[in-house]
Amino acid sequence: MRQTFRLGGTGGQGLITAGIILAEAALLDGYLAIQSQSYGPEARGGSSKAEVIISDEPIHFSRVTHPETLLVMSQEAADKFAHDCTAKSLVITDSLFVSNVAANGAKRIDLDITRTATRVCGKPLFANIVALGAVVGITHCVSEKALTQAVLDRVPKGTEDANKKALAAGFELAAKAGK
Amino acid sequence: MAKTKVMLMQGNTAVVEGAIAAGVKFYGGYPITPSTEIAEGMAKRLPMVGGKFMQTEDEIAGLGTVIGASLGGLKAMTATSGPGFSLKQEMIGLACNAEVPCVIVDVQRVGPSTGQPTSPSQGDVMQTKWGTHGDHWVIVVSPSSVPECFTLTQRAVALAEKYRVPVIMLMDEIVGHMRERIELPVSYDDIPKVERKRPTCPPEEFLAYAADESKVPAMADFGSGYRWHVSGLVHDETGFPKGAGSATRESQDRLRGKIMAHRDDIIQVERYKLDDAEFAIIAFGGAARTAYDAIDMARARGLRVGMMRPITIWPFARHEVSDLAKSVKGILVHELNCGQYVISVKAAVEGRCPVHLYAKYDNESATPEDMLAEIERAMKEDGLL
Repeated sequence: MRQTFRLGGTGGQGLITAGIILAEAALLDGYLAIQSQSYGPEARGGSSKAEVIISDEPIHFSRVTHPETLLVMSQEAADKFAHDCTAKSLVITDSLFVSNVAANGAKRIDLDITRTATRVCGKPLFANIVALGAVVGITHCVSEKALTQAVLDRVPKGTEDANKKALAAGFELAAKAGK
Repeated sequence: MAKTKVMLMQGNTAVVEGAIAAGVKFYGGYPITPSTEIAEGMAKRLPMVGGKFMQTEDEIAGLGTVIGASLGGLKAMTATSGPGFSLKQEMIGLACNAEVPCVIVDVQRVGPSTGQPTSPSQGDVMQTKWGTHGDHWVIVVSPSSVPECFTLTQRAVALAEKYRVPVIMLMDEIVGHMRERIELPVSYDDIPKVERKRPTCPPEEFLAYAADESKVPAMADFGSGYRWHVSGLVHDETGFPKGAGSATRESQDRLRGKIMAHRDDIIQVERYKLDDAEFAIIAFGGAARTAYDAIDMARARGLRVGMMRPITIWPFARHEVSDLAKSVKGILVHELNCGQYVISVKAAVEGRCPVHLYAKYDNESATPEDMLAEIERAMKEDGLL
């Protein structure tokens, strides 16, 4: 088993945190995982991406080439991070921000991630957790139990309920997309 | 078996944990990308173990405080990146000549000057060897994984204490910022701590730089009753400056000798699938991670390729590289710079086999596919394919 993910967006959307949580969930499920990231010198804004490799074999090269799953949460990220997708890739977009993706014939699913976060949790801040729920709901790369545990281990105290709601909303988006 | 916990950890954080496990009690420094998590982590962890963290006004003072803390008897370290490493060079020279144990982590970024703060590079290889002026001998080690960040930081501290020398932990953004699985002991109490040799003679008989056959003098903590003079000037056994040519020669011979006489203790390399290899890659740090995968891909195509991964960068693994050149028909050095380590590889190979360079300096690590193409190109050139 080996799955590769690239999560791209604007600095501040929480996608590096999302990558860390996804990798931690993989460890909880007994897999090996590597998370890496790249970002510019800016503290906020600018494009940022997190990459995650989940495998049951040792992982050496830490970057992702030809991601199996690409999540893009800004148009700039879609423009920058889809270039090495293949027809076998799956591109998940946040439909609020992304219109065009040139992803070499990859399958594309548009999800209302940020608006769902605002609707369910009252803040767009939880969009990264909604997105994680959707990615895991669609790819089944880790168990929902491990993902929930990893989210709760990582988020600030007092935000557990909102994060659980965000995850559930993400799973629901995935379930709807699957129909 | 000690109790352990499994977690996802960043390389820089594993350096922090390695330092705490080794008994480091002082950190002085100035945060700089991509090493900042080390300063952040030490600021959080040191107070938990009775240590002190100091954010200094600049990079030079960062190492200055570390030297002071070490003279006071504490295991001490700092971390930086290229621009700060440049600024620290004068203090590194002082630590070499005054023989003050310390660990300096350099998480490299693209240079020169402020370069590319968040992008990987291995452009400081030669600077770790020759950054400060004058002949001098330091130890430089380079980790390739998060678990190795933990163990090699402990080793860096141990080597610094044992040989009274600055030890530079040469890292890159790849290993510093990636997160992977690590299994750490719940308690570090059972991890052996290496202590520097301290004087056993009465204070009035203490000669600060008189060494036994190990060539490493015993070091007294400041404030412990032993009085001695610390100077960057060439000095004799008393520590006071001496202008005679013989003093310079004796000092240089001992400073070099204390490292080179113990090269077998200091130099470590990892050999990966070299037993039957007819072609070898030499790569270190984050760049070596590409090589493991490229070698496995090459072997799937029937090519007998292996890797020698230097864990100790300086002193140079001369015998190891020389022996490798006798057992393979070609060597490819891969580094994330325009070609630095390869200079020493060529000198050690002495023409026994062709030495190729795969230099990469475009902000990105090489992919295994890129490296496989380089391997095949080089093997063709050498008539092995």
